[in-house]
Amino acid sequence: MSSSSKSKKMRSYKEFLLILPFLILVAVFSYYPLYGWIYAFFDYQPPLPFSWDSFVGTKWFKILFQNKSYFKQTLQVLRNTFAMSGIALLFSWLPMFFAIFLNEIKNLRFRKFVQTVTTLPNFISWVLVYSVAFLLMSNNGMFNSFAMDIGLIDTPIDFLKSNQHIWFKMWLWLTWKNLGWAAIMYIAAISSIDTELFEAARVDGASRLRIIRHITIPSLLPTFFVLLLLNISNFLNNGMEQYFVFQNSWNREYIQVLDLYVYNLSTSKPPVYSVSTALSMLKSIVSLVLLFGANTFSKVVRKQSIL
Amino acid sequence: MSKEKKIIANKRKPMKHSISDRVLDLINYTVFSLFAFVCVYPFYYIFINTISNNKLSESGAVIWYPKDMHLKNYIDAVKIPGLGQAAFISVSRTVIGTALTVFVAAFLGYMFTRETLFKRKLWYRFVVITMYFNAGIIPWYLTMMNLGLTNNFWGYILPAVVSPFYIILTKTFIEAIPRELQEAAEVDGAGVLTIFYKIMLPICKPILATVAIFSAVGHWNSFQDTLLLMTQEKYYTLQFILYRYLQSSQSLSSIINATAGTEVAANIQTQTSIRMTVTIIVALPIILVYPFFQRFFVKGIMIGAVKG
Repeated sequence: MSSSSKSKKMRSYKEFLLILPFLILVAVFSYYPLYGWIYAFFDYQPPLPFSWDSFVGTKWFKILFQNKSYFKQTLQVLRNTFAMSGIALLFSWLPMFFAIFLNEIKNLRFRKFVQTVTTLPNFISWVLVYSVAFLLMSNNGMFNSFAMDIGLIDTPIDFLKSNQHIWFKMWLWLTWKNLGWAAIMYIAAISSIDTELFEAARVDGASRLRIIRHITIPSLLPTFFVLLLLNISNFLNNGMEQYFVFQNSWNREYIQVLDLYVYNLSTSKPPVYSVSTALSMLKSIVSLVLLFGANTFSKVVRKQSIL
Repeated sequence: MSKEKKIIANKRKPMKHSISDRVLDLINYTVFSLFAFVCVYPFYYIFINTISNNKLSESGAVIWYPKDMHLKNYIDAVKIPGLGQAAFISVSRTVIGTALTVFVAAFLGYMFTRETLFKRKLWYRFVVITMYFNAGIIPWYLTMMNLGLTNNFWGYILPAVVSPFYIILTKTFIEAIPRELQEAAEVDGAGVLTIFYKIMLPICKPILATVAIFSAVGHWNSFQDTLLLMTQEKYYTLQFILYRYLQSSQSLSSIINATAGTEVAANIQTQTSIRMTVTIIVALPIILVYPFFQRFFVKGIMIGAVKG
């Protein structure tokens, strides 16, 4: 009895040893960097070696809000982040309606074609999206030569080198890239709705729009709320790639979101590693709080976790 | 009964062709056609310009179909400095990175379903929770520097080897396989690794295809890691090179034209022709592969949505 439980234990340790190397990789690449947060509390000047004497407490956190030029930047960056995440949240119902109306298309081949073609941009990198934007929308790009040809405009408009409507343009590119893909969840959800519901409604003489309003949309709302909560918890995480590739000296004031600002701080001259670290640390913590807040909310209201 | 059905069928007929239905269809087809056009046309436009007369292309005359077709832009692409090396790096990281990521996702996904594993739930959470936080780029950069992974090819590979999302996918998939299969093998004396190689890997092929395609696209598209980690040109990827071509005002075209010798004057390389050609070269693998593997992508997002 005891020898068999002992050999069982040995086996369970042996299995653990098999996954240990990979756990170490996780520890090194995901947990160990957290240790770097201490740079937010020190006056660290990279090529120089790190010294424990340079402890400055919360100086870098205070600087973000008290130093005048930093504070101005912080406000600007927060404004951009809130604006762009806000626009995305406002339009978060779009993929749901994309799916609903795509489902109304009865020609299967056309529907399949639309689905394939509209999900493709999601798998193109942001650099390529920028390249497309550049080749089509810049001064001598496709749009300008075409619009001038048909007499729509007299002088070319450079859509990229401008600070006009940046938030909206960024949302448009994001939507171009993601809409078709985001709709897939809803398309699957629609196909799992009980078809008898639709049949019954049709027998009762309900029009297609009424069926959408009273059956399809209510059945999709749970999915919508889960995704909405996830979006809210990602409010501060716009990522930097999109904004990095599109940024230039014309639009910087409006395009710099938190993630991009953290990067720009670390490459500015002279670089301010400590301030950048402090800011990314703050951002991470607030995001985690948002995520767990959203999760708790979901647990209380829907009795279901979103994580 | 059958009479009732007939009545229903008669009732439905006029409904199908009501005016509001037709309007809905009309709007629907128009809007989706437009959106599909907007998604395809940019790539089509860039492509027809790369195979058209460069002078016409430069003046914006090529919009709907290629004019004066030629393939010189693609032949000249070989001469673009750094492009060959970047293609080599991009392909290598995609192949090696994907192979390792898929293998580890399969292995850990399998191990995390084994109840005999020591502290199974703890380690599973230890891995999965890393999806939800991020130390930030400076701490990450310093870690990579301390490990000697800046200006090092493995800097592309190692951080992505253990990917929680893919592990969730494989684990969910394996949990749906009947346990008896494993138990039978265990009775026959097969060890953990034997079961993994002989039973799990073959069964998991569909989900591993999904993981592979996601991982490959991720590696191919990755841009930020080059930006942060690599300063030596020999480690630049295609994405990074393309970004530099789009930014640089210095004329690459003159380098290529200088080595070209006597040429048809119409098709000398221009800044735009190079940018377009490189764009197509970078986008082509995805555009070609995507339609065939679409179902794998869709499967991935579906399993990911019901993760536990």
